[in-house]
Amino acid sequence: MSDTTTQDAPPASRPQSGPATTPTTPPAAARGGQKDGRGAKRPGQRLGAQVLVECLEQAGVEYIFGLSGGAAIPIFDALVDSKIKLLLVRHEQGATHMADGYARATGKPGVVLVTSGPGATNTVTGLLTAHMDSAPLIVITGQTLQANLGSDAFQEADVTGITYPVVKHSYLLKDGADIPRVVREAFYIAQTGRPGPVLIDVPKDVSQGPCTPREVGALDLPGYRVPGRGASEDIKALAEKLARSRRPVLYVGHGAVISNAGPAVMALAEKLRAPIVNTLLGKGAADETHELHLGMLGMHGTAYANKAVTDCDLILAIGARWDDRITGKLDAFCTDAVKIHIDVDPAEFNKVVRPDLTVLGDAKRVIEELLPLVSRLDTEAWLAQCATWRRRYPLKYARRGGLRAQHVLDRLDALTAGQTIITADVGQHQMWAAQFCRTREGRRWITSGGAGTMGFGFPAAIGAKLARPDEEVWAVVGDGGFQMTFAELATAAVHEVAVRCLVINNNYLGMVRQWQEMFFENRLSGVDLKGNPDFVKLAEAYGVKGLRIRRAGDIDRKLEEARAHLGPVVIVAEVVKEDNVFPMIPAGAPLSHMIIEAPTSKLDKPDGST
Amino acid sequence: MAAPEPAATVAAPGDAATNRGDLHTISLLVSDRPGVLVRVALVFARRGYNIESLVVSPGARGGFSRMTITCSGDPATLSQIIKALGKLVDVVQATDHTEDRAHETEIALVKIASTLDQRTAILQIAEHYSAKVVDYGSESLILRAVGASDKLDTFIELLRPFGIVELVRSGKILMARGLLET
Ligand SMILES: Cc1ncc(C[n+]2csc(CCOP(=O)(O)OP(=O)(O)O)c2C)c(N)n1
Ligand SMILES: [Mg+2]
Repeated sequence: MSDTTTQDAPPASRPQSGPATTPTTPPAAARGGQKDGRGAKRPGQRLGAQVLVECLEQAGVEYIFGLSGGAAIPIFDALVDSKIKLLLVRHEQGATHMADGYARATGKPGVVLVTSGPGATNTVTGLLTAHMDSAPLIVITGQTLQANLGSDAFQEADVTGITYPVVKHSYLLKDGADIPRVVREAFYIAQTGRPGPVLIDVPKDVSQGPCTPREVGALDLPGYRVPGRGASEDIKALAEKLARSRRPVLYVGHGAVISNAGPAVMALAEKLRAPIVNTLLGKGAADETHELHLGMLGMHGTAYANKAVTDCDLILAIGARWDDRITGKLDAFCTDAVKIHIDVDPAEFNKVVRPDLTVLGDAKRVIEELLPLVSRLDTEAWLAQCATWRRRYPLKYARRGGLRAQHVLDRLDALTAGQTIITADVGQHQMWAAQFCRTREGRRWITSGGAGTMGFGFPAAIGAKLARPDEEVWAVVGDGGFQMTFAELATAAVHEVAVRCLVINNNYLGMVRQWQEMFFENRLSGVDLKGNPDFVKLAEAYGVKGLRIRRAGDIDRKLEEARAHLGPVVIVAEVVKEDNVFPMIPAGAPLSHMIIEAPTSKLDKPDGST
Repeated sequence: MAAPEPAATVAAPGDAATNRGDLHTISLLVSDRPGVLVRVALVFARRGYNIESLVVSPGARGGFSRMTITCSGDPATLSQIIKALGKLVDVVQATDHTEDRAHETEIALVKIASTLDQRTAILQIAEHYSAKVVDYGSESLILRAVGASDKLDTFIELLRPFGIVELVRSGKILMARGLLET
């Protein structure tokens, strides 16, 4: 390392602690000369980090959610001169969920930047969350010098290795010249086909070393195929099967939201006169307030949605994957119904159920091509039956005997009339929000479905609000989950991100308590959140407005007060402690075993998992 | 000791695959990138599938490698595995060859510690299987046999009574016949 080169190079990061500078570090020669990151840089030549940031700018990145550290300092340094806005988070998990919220609110990848070792491992939960729900994320992790890889150097971790199972794809960027190609591929892969997170691990010698980017021509990804339109013969076969149905159900999932198939699905439902149900993540693909929409199906879905699925003669999955939360006991699921599956991911076919017909393609394009081939079905009797179920088994809750989460969410739905983006955390409040806050458009309902990640809701709302600043954005979180990521109150406060965070405080890990009450003889174990802070004071400690709802009579006034506030606000609803979510299909039970109201007799332990 | 008669079912070298139990054979064309082997292996590991043999070699085109994998496990999972492999960005093609008549072959090196009086019997077996003696020592022999995997299985079983000290098999490789792509 000659002195003459250091003047062009950025200041080397100060070692963070002893081990980084111990003599065990191989001499520069052994590390491959310039590979230590301070190789000769010609005047005017840029550094890897600068090229990386430029490529991110070219990809249209507005925000980076991140937290720095030794191995990432060069990249943070390059951000100083960039128009990309950096949001400093308080925990890397928060960064991933913010980026995820941003991504789900827009369809564009959210970008995360963290340091090596623990910074990178703190993103693993966020990667899983995004991977399970097909959200496009670009996670850039600083890495130690390449020469130190595998040497247990300070903050070295095999980050690509740790994350293989939770990414759509990943890169270890070994050569700065590849930066433009890797960034371009990463963005393309993250957001096309079935979207997902892509990780780029950037060794420090690449980021702080001189960089001569290699021109990128056409994308060269021979192993990556993005299905587009469906095969005409499949779509024709689909139309023929539909024509024979008298009791059809359109079962709409996240894929329909992602491909923006909502309007086409609505048109299909209207043309066929077929009822719609949606999954937790499919909320909003089609308007849940439409007369043909029966709401959410599955474990905590509406009774009428589940009854329709139980009795249908044809079920058409549109970007939905027959999750165990949906099917319950598989052997008993839609045994006599014709099952059809439209998906952009062929690996979803035959994974859970064996459909009678599969159509590979983008949901929107497939439905649009299907539309001219179908005509009105004879479904009047079927729709009348669905209407009867809807009347007989409405979603309901008690308005007396203390404040109910459902009441608060019901009013939130009424006051906002769907003109809002709601992000929900995980637990009872999530299910109540899904039931009562009816979603009218895609990308207005954001929650962690596949992973069920507590702590997701609040940071996701920050990301969504940044992405769509003109929208009213509500986070609905539990007292348990909020405490996993509430440190991002600082992020919201500093950047004046005007999210409304509704904390449903039942002083319990409520969803688990419900299971223990129902299936474990109410032997409560590890669910009491004694020791909760005063969430209003907590918000105020961050300089964030705090409001409290104690009684049903306060609901509208406080919600309106929160809506009118210009900055971020936390509204704590102090709800009854021991309410349960119904309807409920015990895990692993057939849909017909749905418990519509609180049971009076003892229930068996569920067979299904979680 | 007389050489046991080789089983009549034994295929001649180069014969089509006669599948051994629940073994499946998959051929992958992959981009030659670091980490691709781990990504492939994880698809199997996550589903509790056992990889029996795995051969990686350069493909005909630069920048691509060919992987031939034999594995065991339930057939329903296998089709999911093939689809999951096909989804990997670095996997260009994933094909199940379990049922087809691809040409397959394998090499086995077998080291036998043998006294001189056993040699005739061993060499008779070797001759029957067109195996070559590649190392002839006073206390040991190394035989090299080439052929379909199940043929090698039988060959090795016949040698077992003589005391196999070491066994190294290359793992199965295969190629689709005619102008079909592997
Ligand atoms: C990170 C994480 N840990 C544990 C769980 C298991 N879990 C699911 S719901 C739940 C309770 C959530 O409690 P709270 O946030 O207060 O919401 P509530 O159910 O009370 O509305 C738990 C612990 C989870 N989903 N995620
Ligand atoms: Mg709670």
